[in-house]
Amino acid sequence: MDELMLDGNAVAGVLQEVFAFEMTTAVGTCGNCGVAGPIGALHVYRGAGIVLRCPHCNNVIGKIVRDDTRMWISLSGVRTVQIAV
Amino acid sequence: MAGAALLGRLTWQLAGVVDVVTETPRVKTIVFDVPEWLGHRAGQHVDIRLTAEDGYRAERSYSIASAPDGTRIALTVERLDDGEVSPYLTDELRAGDRIELRGPVGGYFVWEPGQGGPLFLVAGGSGIAPLMAMLRLRAAAGSDVDARLLFSSRSWNEIIYRDELERLRDDGVVVAHTLTRSQPAGWSGYTRRVDREMLAEVGAGPEHEPHVYVCGPTAFVEVVAEDLVGLGHEPRAIRTERFGATGG
Repeated sequence: MDELMLDGNAVAGVLQEVFAFEMTTAVGTCGNCGVAGPIGALHVYRGAGIVLRCPHCNNVIGKIVRDDTRMWISLSGVRTVQIAV
Repeated sequence: MAGAALLGRLTWQLAGVVDVVTETPRVKTIVFDVPEWLGHRAGQHVDIRLTAEDGYRAERSYSIASAPDGTRIALTVERLDDGEVSPYLTDELRAGDRIELRGPVGGYFVWEPGQGGPLFLVAGGSGIAPLMAMLRLRAAAGSDVDARLLFSSRSWNEIIYRDELERLRDDGVVVAHTLTRSQPAGWSGYTRRVDREMLAEVGAGPEHEPHVYVCGPTAFVEVVAEDLVGLGHEPRAIRTERFGATGG
């Protein structure tokens, strides 16, 4: 267990900035193990950027990196994201 | 706003410090007035942004500790000696200062009276903040939902909101403390780290299907969540908020 690990809740602000939706209650399906769960329950690691991992299989769901003028978003490890509209 | 997740762009706004309250030697509550505040739900948080003169920026997320109250919000902040943001918030801020924040954000680690109970809250140290928002909302809403709090602190002097928690007992909240490092003379509460037996004694059992919220340092939350699942609680009913490697 990594003591620096956080939950998806911790990046709710950044995710809302990107998607303009409240994303912690959105349901993501892992592209590796296929388990679906709320984004708020993902494991989050913050360093130079943000890494989101599946709490079941540890697969990297996505990465977000920013500088002053740009943001790079990778969602390579998620199959689908369901958002309440 | 329950069904509508579309919130539009999050914008930074200037919040004015109204009051700074010393909770324990290492913890302060900072009350802000946020002119454009549109209200929040218990358990949500805000992002705070500090900008240095050279343009360097540091952002942190803090849980809101207060129940919804107009344009006022209270954040309870623990001073981390090697932190970039918390020493500024706890040592430097004074009434009248202004600071950039945005929010409220989050919707997963949230409780509303309409969800009912039983409510089982487990806090380590300053992890009490979002859970206190839930207890304060329960009181403000006149809810009689079964609510139990298991709160782990290092010592008597480090129990955040100690007096207010005593008063909440009169309102039917079950409050159980464990003091993990030192205890005052005559202490009759728990004296060890939270474990499975303690969780079983304090909280409503899985057969009552409680809403369980756990907040604290990452290592604390890991152990508690694992023990709760071991007791038979549904993983989906256990919501967690980890705040990193700080001590509880």
